[in-house]
Amino acid sequence: MPEIKLTINHEVGLHARPASIFVQTAAKFLSDIEVTHGETTVNAKSILAILTLGAHQGAELVIRAEGTDAEQALQALENLVADNFGEE
Amino acid sequence: MKSLVGIPASYGIAIGPGFVFSRDEIVIEPCKIEDPEEEWERFIQAREATFQQLDKAYAKAQEELGEEEAGIFGAQKLMLQDPELINTIKSRIESELVNVETALHETAEVFASQLEAIDDEYLSARALDIRDVSSRCLRNLLGLKDSPAEGLNVPSIIIAQDLTPSDTVLLNKDLVLGFCTEVGGSTSHTAILARGLGIPAVVGAGELLRKIKTGDSIVIDGDAGEIIIDADKKSLEEFKIRQERFLKAQADAEAISHQPAITTDGHQVEVVANIGSVDDVQPALLSGAEGVGLLRSEFLYLERSSMPTEDEQYQSYKTIADAFSDRPVILRSLDVGGDKDIPYIDMPPETNPFLGERAIRLCLSRPDIFKPQLRAALRAGYGNNLKLMFPMVSSVEDVDKIRAVLEECKDELRNEVQAVAEEMEIGIMIEIPSAAILADQLADVVDFFSIGTNDLSQYTMAADRTNAKVATLASGFQPAVFRLIKMVIDAAHSKGKWVGLCGEMAGELLAIPILLGLGLDEFSMNPPAIPFAKKLISSISYEHAKKVAETAIQLKSDQEIREYIQQEVPEVNPR
Repeated sequence: MPEIKLTINHEVGLHARPASIFVQTAAKFLSDIEVTHGETTVNAKSILAILTLGAHQGAELVIRAEGTDAEQALQALENLVADNFGEE
Repeated sequence: MKSLVGIPASYGIAIGPGFVFSRDEIVIEPCKIEDPEEEWERFIQAREATFQQLDKAYAKAQEELGEEEAGIFGAQKLMLQDPELINTIKSRIESELVNVETALHETAEVFASQLEAIDDEYLSARALDIRDVSSRCLRNLLGLKDSPAEGLNVPSIIIAQDLTPSDTVLLNKDLVLGFCTEVGGSTSHTAILARGLGIPAVVGAGELLRKIKTGDSIVIDGDAGEIIIDADKKSLEEFKIRQERFLKAQADAEAISHQPAITTDGHQVEVVANIGSVDDVQPALLSGAEGVGLLRSEFLYLERSSMPTEDEQYQSYKTIADAFSDRPVILRSLDVGGDKDIPYIDMPPETNPFLGERAIRLCLSRPDIFKPQLRAALRAGYGNNLKLMFPMVSSVEDVDKIRAVLEECKDELRNEVQAVAEEMEIGIMIEIPSAAILADQLADVVDFFSIGTNDLSQYTMAADRTNAKVATLASGFQPAVFRLIKMVIDAAHSKGKWVGLCGEMAGELLAIPILLGLGLDEFSMNPPAIPFAKKLISSISYEHAKKVAETAIQLKSDQEIREYIQQEVPEVNPR
């Protein structure tokens, strides 16, 4: 299963608006996508699960995807985080 | 035809259909279902309806409160699309054959408690969100109203248990002809709101919700405090005639409302407005207000999840003060306590919030709240006539502390090279009996007084003004309260300071002759009362008012004073 590692630089962490955009982006793909933070792994398309990760600024995440569009999904999420969720 | 009696809270006659403003209670009855597919379809439909409501709420919040506050509704929508939540609901319906209400409620509760279990303020607030959106969806499933104001489509008389500020924001004020409530006194939120809007209200009328249905024909008589259900033809005609007479008196008063208030023997007083937001500026100007005697700053702090910034406050204060140019605008610093729920100000519940750490006491212990407000006011007051006033001052020591913080703010602003209103006048509310007793000392250290009769009465009479059973005690027509007012005015005048009054009493026609005779300099009231007050003041003489006041403060009761004024000054009955 392809995977990428990301660091959240946004000041609010993977909460509030960044969490919403992250989930909405993941939901566009057919693949199953999961996010791991520390010991916990959750469904990347679930806002409620993402919130419980407690991924604050500086958190390192591992994202895995499985399915026909797995590569595109990972690329999209990587871009989103690199782009600091569209905020400068 | 049925008639109910309550407390008259705002003048005038309203005639129209009743609208029962109440919240439906969500009751979930777990049961076994037959057809999981049909049950799932019910969920999909209720969810769709919920999405539409959330989209509407989002658009409204975005327009009125900004993107950040609106984002909550976007997040709630996302929660209701959450695959983890949805799949759990679906599988419980399919495998356990539970009804969708039970599945939704219990699943949402599991997620909410998970979020709550993490010790994080932000996540606890999200737990509230998931519960909120689940309740909304449940109301759609059960066919309950989304908002207590839903269905208010024609001009109506609002029938409620009582209304809180957050209830009243839901109401389209253009469709409100009047208010009737089961509980509350003449200074309850509903009463103040009704007077602010200039529409009739009867409060504290006892059980209403079980006696009145939406659509019932209702008449309310805000002068007598009467509510009539299904009035017969003859009395309906009589009410219509009285309504017309009231509207005519209002029009007569409005015709002179832009002239100064000068008694027949040439004594002039100031008539100004009590306002609570930028939106109130236009109505106040139109009503003939010669300034603002009380700008409540709470509007900036309520109904939001974070503290208003200094710049935000500056903008609002400046907009309002500039609108009145050289006319005075008196800003009252934040007046809240443990009875108000402001999520971002930690105010632990107190056993007796009205005797607790409220208003200036809270501000003095919380420079993080107080200083931004003072800085905003000092900046906003540059180039206009903004003044500052502090609530709940009880002694000279309080004023010394306030002055110290104020000087600190001025120093900071000077160092930052900001424009500062160096000579801004500083006043205090006289609403604690100790301040009235010490008025001679206090007059030395401030520029003006404004008497807050609502609180002064309840503290003097030891009577909770929101408790209908003791409401007359706190009504303010008490000889003791008038004597305190006289003490305050005399003390201030002997030191060359002026005195205003911004409690409900300033706009009460029965009280005006006494207050005028006691020498009050400024009357501050809700805009709709201004034309009537000016009309009254300009139709009586100062000499007569002085004599009336002298006699009135010797009388023994609220009732005696009211009857005496009725008799002695017939001009108090314009209608």
